[in-house]
Amino acid sequence: MDAVARRRLLMLGPLGVAAVGSGVFWALLLRMRQGTYDPHALQSMLVGKHLPDFTLPGQAPSAGFSNADVNSGPLPALVNFFASWCIPCVEETAALMSLRQKGVTIWGIAYKDRPLAASGFLTRYGDPYHRVARDADGRTAINFGLYGVPETYVVDRSGIVRLRYAGGLSSDSVNHMILPLLRKLA
Amino acid sequence: MIRSRFAAVLGVLLLFAGPAFALSSPSEMLANPVLEKRAEALGMQLRCVVCQNESIEQSNASLAQQFRGIIRRRVEEGWSDKRIIAWMVQRYGTFILLRPPFNPMTWLLWGAPALALLVGGAAVVLARRRHPTSPEPLSPAEQQRLADLLK
Repeated sequence: MDAVARRRLLMLGPLGVAAVGSGVFWALLLRMRQGTYDPHALQSMLVGKHLPDFTLPGQAPSAGFSNADVNSGPLPALVNFFASWCIPCVEETAALMSLRQKGVTIWGIAYKDRPLAASGFLTRYGDPYHRVARDADGRTAINFGLYGVPETYVVDRSGIVRLRYAGGLSSDSVNHMILPLLRKLA
Repeated sequence: MIRSRFAAVLGVLLLFAGPAFALSSPSEMLANPVLEKRAEALGMQLRCVVCQNESIEQSNASLAQQFRGIIRRRVEEGWSDKRIIAWMVQRYGTFILLRPPFNPMTWLLWGAPALALLVGGAAVVLARRRHPTSPEPLSPAEQQRLADLLK
């Protein structure tokens, strides 16, 4: 190879790097738009483990529940943290109701909420929950590694957490993530 | 005169300036200054998971405020720094550490500067070897031609 040809080839190098880089970025942006990749999402330490120990009082008229209740109830099940003051929680109520209609057991935990506000939320937007408990000071949420509401945890038949979904569920995420996973775990 | 006095006052004030903390109220602080210092140092090492580039000590998020309270309570209860950090990592993962630990996931991150130096150094050595620094000295005929051209 003569010197000129080699120099030309060398000049293609940076172009190649830029091409590969833009390919990677394009893929990332695409996945962000589809909702399958969230750069701010945190990995959950709970995935692959049992639920942390907790016993929470009920959000009237529901009775409270503990991690043992979840484990001895119908499985697989969902544990969903919500709050009446949280807007994505309002947006995900439709998705949660559709899950309930399909027979999915959802345990609700009202996070840092006043009892009256939480019951108002449930009457206004519908109550998709098997039972609703109150985590008034958010200490149980910290043991879950929760970093915002809403968050949804999928518990498999042996009581192991298989997925943590941070953010409001939509019909897209239910149909493409939650339901396929529940079918696999059933 | 006035200006120099102003500068002096400003200078003295600057001496008292410390890093800004987001403690929502002074009542959050521990009465014991030694324990409070420890709690602050711990909070500075931990990432606020809500506003992810701030430490727990700097953030105004309510979750960060709650963590500040938990850390202070643990410090008062006599937990060691290591145990408090482990308690946080157990729940939120190593992501919560603003200074990531050296492990199989992060060796490339920590090793990148040394790696860059190594690759760059190797490139320089190779380039030097291929092109000897000093060219052949001019022959008498070339020297004659150079002298003619410079005339």
